[in-house]
Amino acid sequence: MRSVKPELILACVAGALVLAGCAAGGGGMAAKTASGIPLGMTGPHEVAALPDRPKFGRPISEADIAPWNIDIRTPDGLGLPPGRGSVAEGKTVYDTKCIACHGADAKGGAMFGTMVGGIGSFTTNARVLTPGSMYPYAPIIFDYVRRAMPMDRPQSLSANEVYAVTAYLLNLNGLVPAGAVMDAASLTAVKMPNRDGFLIDDRPDSAATRCMSNCN
Amino acid sequence: MTSKSSEKTGSQSPGREEGGRRPEARSRRNFLRSSAALAGGGMLAAGTKAAAAPLAIPSIAHETGRPIPESVYGMPSKFEAHVARRRTDVFKNRQNWSDWSMSPLQHQPGIITPNGLIFERHHAGIPDIDPATHRLVIHGMVRQPLEFRMEDLVRYPSVSRFHFHECSGNGLTDWLKPASTTVQQTHGLLSGVLWTGVLASTLFEEAGVDPRGKWALFEGADSAGHARSIPLEKVMDDTIIAYAMNGERLRPENGYPVRAVMPGWEGNVSIKWLRRIKVGDQPWHLRSETARYTDPMPGGKWRQFSMVMEAKSVITNPSGGMDLKGPGFYEITGLAWSGNGKIRAVDVSVDGGKTWREAMLEGPVMDKCLTRFKAPWEWDGKPAVLMSRAVDSMGYVQPTVKDLQKTRAIVGFVQHHNAIQPWTVNAKGEVRNAIGQA
Ligand code: HEC
Repeated sequence: MRSVKPELILACVAGALVLAGCAAGGGGMAAKTASGIPLGMTGPHEVAALPDRPKFGRPISEADIAPWNIDIRTPDGLGLPPGRGSVAEGKTVYDTKCIACHGADAKGGAMFGTMVGGIGSFTTNARVLTPGSMYPYAPIIFDYVRRAMPMDRPQSLSANEVYAVTAYLLNLNGLVPAGAVMDAASLTAVKMPNRDGFLIDDRPDSAATRCMSNCN
Repeated sequence: MTSKSSEKTGSQSPGREEGGRRPEARSRRNFLRSSAALAGGGMLAAGTKAAAAPLAIPSIAHETGRPIPESVYGMPSKFEAHVARRRTDVFKNRQNWSDWSMSPLQHQPGIITPNGLIFERHHAGIPDIDPATHRLVIHGMVRQPLEFRMEDLVRYPSVSRFHFHECSGNGLTDWLKPASTTVQQTHGLLSGVLWTGVLASTLFEEAGVDPRGKWALFEGADSAGHARSIPLEKVMDDTIIAYAMNGERLRPENGYPVRAVMPGWEGNVSIKWLRRIKVGDQPWHLRSETARYTDPMPGGKWRQFSMVMEAKSVITNPSGGMDLKGPGFYEITGLAWSGNGKIRAVDVSVDGGKTWREAMLEGPVMDKCLTRFKAPWEWDGKPAVLMSRAVDSMGYVQPTVKDLQKTRAIVGFVQHHNAIQPWTVNAKGEVRNAIGQA
C-alpha cells in the first residue's frame, strides 16, 4: 500500500464541494447542501477508510449502460424516450394490464386505492393522494410506471404503452382531454396542479426545551 | 415484567446487586441524583421469597446434547421463537410486496439488531440476486463511467461503522391516538447495524465527478427499480456502499449483495440491491421524493427532501403490552438516536412529563447510532406515565407531538414522527400506549 501523509486521513472528503459543516468536525453545526437541504452532522468521521485509492472499476460506455438507463428527470422530461400513445390506447393497456389491481377507471381495486381525484383536497383534513393531485410533474407517471408497473410484470411495457397509459391516467384525472396523445414534448408540457406544492426541508422546526421540574 | 398473551420480555434482570444500582452508574453524579429521585428516595423492596421446593434435576442433565454438525448456520433457541419481525397489526395491507415488517425492540438488549430481526421495507418484494452476475454502475456526469462487480467492491479499503437505520414512516400509525400496542408496532421501523463496505466517495473519485455534478440518483435492481436523488454532499461525506452487516454479508431482504447506506437519513434513501448510480446537476423528482416520503404541511403544502432523522428516543422496557409484576424495582431502559450527531443526554419522566431526571447512557455513544439509556425506577404501585426525551449533540431536544403540531399538518400517514412516546402504567401494572393522551 502507498504511504500517506497523516493529515490526509482527516481531510474533508467532500473536496471541492461546499460543505458548511465540514469545519465543525462533526456535530454542533447544522450543515446544509448548496441547495439548502439539511445534511445532519458531517465529518470528519471517527472511522475512516485507508486513504489508499486503488482503482478496480471497469470502464464501461454509456451505450452499454443504456438498457438500465431508465430514469427521467421529471421537471424537464430529460430521458423520455421516443414514442407516443393516446388516451384511447391507454385505456386498452389499462384494462388488460392494470385493472386487476387498480380497478375500473383507476378508482381503486384489489391491491391499491384510487388513482383519480383528490385535486384540491390538500387544504382539507382528508388529503387524497393520487398521481393527479400529488405529482408535481407529469413525467413522474411515465418514470414510475415504466420502472415499477405492472407490479406483477414490471419493466415489461413498451415506451408507447407507457405513454398511452400515462395519457389515460392524466385524462381520468381531468388533466388532458380525451383526444390527447402523449409523447416526450406533450407530456412534459402538462401542467400539474401540485406543481408548486413543495417546500424544501426547513427543519429543525420545533423548539422544545429541557424543562426538568414543574413542567406542564 | 411479563407481557400480554404469549409475548415474553427478554432478559429483565432484577438488578438487585448493590441496591439496584449498576456499579458503573456510581461514577455519574447526575445519574445518582436521578436514581434517588426516580426511586422516590425509598428503600428497595426486600421481598426475597423463600424457594418453594428443592431444585429438580432436569432430564437434560442425563442426556448428551445435540452434537456439533459438520457445518451449520446457528439459529436462536426454539424457546425464543416469539422474537420475530412482524408486519403492522394496525391494518391489513392489500398486498405484501410493497409492505414493511418491524423489529421487536422490546426484546432487544443493547444497541445492535440481529440480522434476522432488522426491519424491512420493500417496494416489490425481495429479489434473490446472484452476486456473481450482479453489476453496479456509476455514470452520468462523470469523467469515466465505471462498472463494478462484487469481487471488485470487496477489494477496496473498507469501513465498518455502527449506525441506526430508521424508516421515515416509523410511528406513522400513532400520532394523535394509540393504534399500536407494542413498541415493536410503534417504533420497530428502527434497527441498529454495523455496516461494512466501501465509502461511496472512493468510487465517485475514481469515476471523476464533473464539477457541475450536484446530485446522484441511486437505483435498485429490484423490480420496483426504487430510486432516490441524493445531494452529492451526502454521498461524499459518509455514504457507504455496503456489502456486509453485523459481521456477515447483507441479508437478501436488506439489499444483498450490495446497497447504499446514508447514515442518519431516512431509510428510504439507502437504496438496496444497488445497481446504478447516475450523477446529475439537479434532482430527478421521482415518485418516491414527491408523492411519497414528503411531509404534509399547513396550507396544503408538502415538505420535500426531509432526509435527516431528528433526535428521538423511546422506552423499550417497560413498554406497551407488558405487565409489571407488582411494585418494586424496575430498570427503565430504551433507545435514543439522532441523525444530527451523538446522543448527549436522555431524560426520563415517570409522572407524564412534570418532572424529569437524566438517565445513564450506556456506552459506547456513537455518531448517528442507537444509544442505550437506563434509569432505575422503584414503582410504588400507583398509576404512572413513563416518557423519555433525547437531547443530541446539536442541543436539539426531542419534541412532543404538540410541539410538532405547531408547524406540521398531522393528516394521513405522516412521516418523520420523532415525538416523545408516553407509556401509561395502571395500578394493575398494565403498560399501555398513550400517544396523544398523556
Ligand atoms: C399486481 C398488482 C398491480 C398491477 C397489475 C398494477 N399495479 Fe400499479 N400499483 C400496485 C400497487 C400495490 C401500488 C403501490 C406501490 C407502492 O406504493 O409501493 C401501485 C402503484 C401504482 C401507481 C402509483 C400511484 C400513486 O398514487 O402514486 C401507478 C401510477 C400505477 N400503480 C400504475 C399502474 C399501471 C399503469 C398498471 C398497468 C400497466 C399497474 N399499475 C398495474 C399494484 C399493481
